[in-house]
Formats: sequence, C-alpha cells, structure tokens
Amino acid sequence: MSITVAQLKQGQRGIIKNFSEDTLPIKLLEMGCLPGNTIELVQIAPLKDPIYINVNGSHIAIRKSTASLIEVDLIE
Amino acid sequence: MSKNINVALIGNPNTGKTSVFNQLTGLKQKVGNYPGITVEKKEGICKLPRGVKAHIIDLPGTYSLNTTSLDESVVVELLLNKNDKDFPDVAVVVTDVENLKRNLLLFTQIKDLKIPAILVINMADRMTRKGITLDISLLEAKLNTKIALVSTRKGTGIDTLKELIADYKSLSIKPNIDTTTIAPEYFNKLRTAFPKEEVYKLWLVITQDVNFMPIEKKKIKDATSFSTKSNTELKKLQHRETVLRYQFINNILKETYKVDLAVARGFRATLDKILTHKVYGYVIFFLILLTIFQGIYVWSSYPMDFIDESFAQMSEWTKHTLPPGAFTNLLAEGIIAGIGGIVIFIPQIAFLFLFISLLEESGYMSRVVFLMDKLMRPFGLSGKSVVPLISGTACAIPAVMATRTIENWKERLITILVTPFTTCSARLPVYLIIIALVIPEGTFLGLSYQALTLMLLYLLGFGMSIFSAMVLHKILKINSRTFFVIEMPSYKLPLFKNVAYTVWEKTKSFVYGAGKIILAISIILWVLGSYGLSNNFKNAEDIVKTRIKTIGFSEFNQNHIEEEITSYTGELTINNPTLPIANVKDSVAVRIAALQQKAENEEIASYKLEHSFIGYAGKAIEPIVKPLGYDWKIGIAVITSFAAREVFVGTLATIYSVGNDEEETIKNRMAAEVNPWNGKPLFNLASGVSLLLFYAFAMQCMSTLAVVKRETNSWKWPAAQLVFMSSFAYIVALIAYQILK
Repeated sequence: MSITVAQLKQGQRGIIKNFSEDTLPIKLLEMGCLPGNTIELVQIAPLKDPIYINVNGSHIAIRKSTASLIEVDLIE
Repeated sequence: MSKNINVALIGNPNTGKTSVFNQLTGLKQKVGNYPGITVEKKEGICKLPRGVKAHIIDLPGTYSLNTTSLDESVVVELLLNKNDKDFPDVAVVVTDVENLKRNLLLFTQIKDLKIPAILVINMADRMTRKGITLDISLLEAKLNTKIALVSTRKGTGIDTLKELIADYKSLSIKPNIDTTTIAPEYFNKLRTAFPKEEVYKLWLVITQDVNFMPIEKKKIKDATSFSTKSNTELKKLQHRETVLRYQFINNILKETYKVDLAVARGFRATLDKILTHKVYGYVIFFLILLTIFQGIYVWSSYPMDFIDESFAQMSEWTKHTLPPGAFTNLLAEGIIAGIGGIVIFIPQIAFLFLFISLLEESGYMSRVVFLMDKLMRPFGLSGKSVVPLISGTACAIPAVMATRTIENWKERLITILVTPFTTCSARLPVYLIIIALVIPEGTFLGLSYQALTLMLLYLLGFGMSIFSAMVLHKILKINSRTFFVIEMPSYKLPLFKNVAYTVWEKTKSFVYGAGKIILAISIILWVLGSYGLSNNFKNAEDIVKTRIKTIGFSEFNQNHIEEEITSYTGELTINNPTLPIANVKDSVAVRIAALQQKAENEEIASYKLEHSFIGYAGKAIEPIVKPLGYDWKIGIAVITSFAAREVFVGTLATIYSVGNDEEETIKNRMAAEVNPWNGKPLFNLASGVSLLLFYAFAMQCMSTLAVVKRETNSWKWPAAQLVFMSSFAYIVALIAYQILK
C-alpha cells in the first residue's frame, strides 16, 4: 500500500518510493532520505506536528507538510 | 624554523567538531565575526610535531556543500577561494562514528575539490556500546585518505591527528567520485569553456548562492551554452549527485562498517519517549525553564550584590584616596561605576550560558524545538526562541546573546527584536515603587490590586513580544529558505570542558563587544549629569547654603528632620532612662547637625543635577512629556534611566534631594510631590499608569542596544528597536494618561 510519511502511525515503517524531485529540500536527501531507504516514524510531537523520523540511521524531525511529499510503501 | 599551515575543521553539526577544536587549540583561540555578517568565526593556534605550527579555523557546521544558510555559505566560500588568506592547506573533516554514513557525504565533496583531507572519526568511545566495528585501513584505502580515530571525551587520538596534520603533504588529493557522470554532456561543455578550473568547483559556483570572486558567476552564466539549465534541472542534478555519493558510500561501508543493531537500540528510545511525551515532555521542559529562571533571577543575585558592593567601595576608596578634582570624579563616578555596570551582568550571562550549553551538549535542545515548533510557528519564531524569551524575563542582555542557537536568520532576528519587551528584572524597582504609590491597597477575589497590577504588567510584556513577533513575521522581507529539518542527535553527557569554554567565551564577547559601548554611554551620561555651564551650576554650593540660611530646608526635609529627631529623642530616653538631660540634649544636637549636613548635601546634589546638562535636557523635554503627565523632574529621570531602567528611582531620589538608600523615604517624598500645573499629587493613578506603561514598552536600556548591535552586526536593528519601542511606549502612555486624568 502506498501512503505518505505524514500518514504513518507511530512505530510504523515504510520504504521510500520515488518522490517529486523539485519540491523536496536537498537537505533531506543529504540526511539519507533517498528512494529505497527505510523510514520509521519514531514519534509525533504532542501538538501533532512536527514528526520525528529515523531514515537510514539519521534521526531527524520534519514538518508534516514536508513529510506529505515523501511517498512510501508501508512495511507491515 | 617554524612554518605556519592553515587547517580548516569541517563537519556536520553534532559531530563534536568544536570539542576537537578545543582539544587542538586549548585556550589559544579567538572568536570573532566574519566581516559584514553575523556568523561566528573561531580560530586558534596549535603546535604540531616537528616544529610545525598550525592556524586552525573551526568552520560552521554543515551537512554538505549545498548551502542552505549563511553559516554554510561561509564554508563553501572559503573552500572555493584559493586567494583567501585562510584557504586551508589541509581540511580536517570531523565525523561521528554513529552517523558515519551521513557524515561521509560531506567528506566526499571536499575530496572532489582536491583539497588534502584527513578524516576524523570521533566518539570512538561509543563504538562498543553501540555495537560498531570498523576496518580502518580498508576504509583509508577506499577513501584515499588518512583516518584518525578520536575520542574527545576520553582524550584519545588527538596526537595521531596532530601527526597526520603535520604530515599533510603525503595525503592523496585524488577525488573519490566523478561527478560529471550525472550529466556528461553538460560537464564536458563546462570543461571546454573553462579548461583551467576544476569542474566540480565550477559546478558548486553555479549551484550555490555564494559570492565567489576568482571566477565570476556572471561570466559562467553569460556563456549561454550551458546556462540553459533551469533551476529545476539544476536541482534534479543535485539530487542525482547526492544519490551517486550515497551509492559510493554505501558500497564502501558495506565492507568496512558493521553495526550490531541489537546492541544499538534502547537508551535513546526510552529517553525520547519521556522527553517528548505529550505531558511529561512539557512538564520536564517547564521544570528546566524554572531552574534556568531561578539561576539567572535568584542565584546570580548573590554575586551581583557582591559586585555592586565592591564597585561602590572601590569608587568610594578612589574618591577618598586620590586628590580631589575633576579627574578623580571622572575615575570614581564615571569610569569605575561604568565598568561596574558591565561587570554586574556577568553572573547572569554565565548562568544562562551554563544552562544553554548543557542543553545543547546533551542533545536536549533539539527535543525542545520538536516540542515547541508548532506553538511558535504562527509567530515567526522558532522552537528555540522559547529559551531566550523566557530568560528575557530576568535580563534581555544574556537573552539576546542566547539567540545564537537559532540557525534561521529571520527567526533569530525576530527573537532578538521582540525579547526586550519581556519584563526584565530592571523594570521591577520602577514598577514596585510606582505601584505602591498609585495603585490602591484593596483586594479583588482575595488578590491584592497591587499584585494583580504587577502580574498584568508581566503578561503585557509577554503578550507584546508575541504580538510584535507576529507583525514582524508579516512585514520583514528576509529571504531565508525556511524548511524545517532538525537533526535529533543522540543523548550525551555534556563535556565539562566544552561547557566551560562556552561560558568563558560568551562572557568575554559580552565584556569586550558590548562592554565598550556601555562604558562609553555611561561616561557620557555621567558627564552630562555632573557638569553644567550656567552660573547656577558653578555656584550651586553657595546658592543652596544661602538659601538654607535665609529660608531654611525644603519643607519635606524640614519635616523629615523633625520626625527623625522626635523618634530619636524618644528612643534615647526610653532606652537610657538614667541619662542626664544635658547629655540627651548634646546627643540630640549632634544628631541634628548630622541630619542637617546630610540634607544640605542632598539639596546641593539636587540643585546641581537640576542645573546640569541633563537637568536642562529634562526641562527642554518637559513640553514633550507633559501630555504623559510628567514634569521636568520625571523627564530627567526618564533621560538618565536610558542607561538602565532601575536608575529611574535613584535619579528621582537625587532630584528630590532625599537619601538614595531609604526606599520608604523616597516613596514618601514622591507621594508628597505636587503637580505644578494643578496642585494635585504628581504621582496619581493617571500619571502612574502612564509611567508603568512607558517603562513596559520603551527601549530604556543602552546595554541591550549595545548587545543587539553586536549580535546583528549593524546599527540598523538597534536603531529601529529604539525608535519603534520608544515611540510606541510614548503613544500608549499618552493615551492612558489622557483617558485616566
């Protein structure tokens, strides 16, 4: 099933599919957010935004608006 | 003979780069700014083996050479400019063993610039705990480099690093990756147009927003054949470049880097669950803020009282020891008092930075941003703005300095500009005395009116800073690419040495940076308050003495002396019932003489102040402050308290010629002051509320202005702050007085 990172629930993981190349900040790619890598939703902030993810060993926090640009295949 | 080599320390944030810098240079370091911008420049000297001396620059942390902030541009600009006097002979790239994969991205970019590069793998002490094993020699071979495995916590590996730096000439400068494969045709064209330059350099010049002198960006753009690439296409290429680099790094690490995941998990996850929990997270953050607040508000008051006392004594001592004269006065009352006014802030600055560097070093600060981001975002502030805003309640000076942790320039500037609205401790003496004078003593729902007023003033300050942040967020047109990607570093025990360096360096930068301006303004204010041109000023002593002889002391002083004597005589006779009447009369006479002498001195001081430059300035602005309900005496106090708000009370004491040290007396004297225009008490509800509002909003603090100048590196922002805050304060105070009077 294909969803975006913003729709992941806490503890869920997904594999990054291709994303729209010109909207996603390059910094995210540099942090290891690349197609094929596994992304895990570690925590959602108490006010529901931002979210805290672990991608390719990088622990980073991003806003939901950015997260909704990354499509993943959910790992059940 | 010693030879100087330039070394640049480069690395991602949170890799312990600054710890490596501290260990290499010790205290031989210098912190300044890059010319014209607010990015911090750290340099130091390190002695290497074989008599080599290294000049080391600690460059701002960056994730790659694709810049997204001013800090990162500094790195790229230096690495591209061979003519820069700091251009590195060797780059030392610091990485964190836990995040080696991500950290190597930057390393491969630096290698491609053909700058000799040494790889430092830091935090080696965490390898066992995290289940990591490394094949160093294979990694060295694959990356064409030399590696120093370092633990700044344990202090190991630094000597190896020094050896490697001294031996930098033997480093290979062969690039790791051929970037041109991402778009062969495009890069071939580039190569033919600029045969003398490295292609990767040209690529960076094209894609990065940097001011790069040697090759004009314009020239490249003008050569139309390859500028046809649109920004979107360039961005696509950058993405492809990143993918290519990760492929290379993944392939290498597969053979050289093993991590046992079963060992790696645990601690971080548990702590994160608690610290970012929707209830405990905020409770813990609140408790930490409370501790910080306690530190800068309460704990630092002890050393501050001590400093205050010591400088007062030093000033007294100077006045009594040196021959009397203008120079002694300048030294004792102008210079020593001025320096005291700088030193007094040191405890608060030290305490705040102690806490902040503990929060940063431990990795907790990123969690604060995570918790607070949503809350602060609508106001154009960052999650990190919370700490400066709260510490502003103690003092705006350390708070403005604390904004350095905010990477985004717009968010940082807004935080700097709105912090002085929060109710700092210097406003408190002004608030307390005026509230006591004009707010009635009744209660409302069991709460006293006076306490409620004070609380309202605190809320007003905080509300105003949030409101103006919102306005500034709308009107400031600053192009800082704001997208939010915050690394959540692993938790670490703060290193004592790093914390100590931070505290030391911040204090130093305040004393030398802002201190100069504060000293200059306090000396000017002192001169203006202690000198005057008119004959009235020159003959002040004679005039006042004659006045006292002919018409006596002022009514207030006369009554005050009589009251004192009555109570003194009463006490004397009650405590010593056997004392003969003659002796009682004698001691009363001595007491009267002392009180009269004191009253005389106070009336002379008052007269002098009235006829000094500041006195005339106070009278000159009377037409301006009259609509707010102030007379020229309050006008003088408003001018002098530009040095610091709390000076307001002291100035009024001088001008009303009452002792500076007895708060009750000052209050009584203020209550007795009559409005010259209508004969009613001068300090009434209308003028009192007007004063409270004026001090709540006006930029009455030269030290804050000096710090803002230092932190923003321009007079533009402190000037804007002064004009906006003070005119806003004027308007609000005017409206309040006109409605209430």
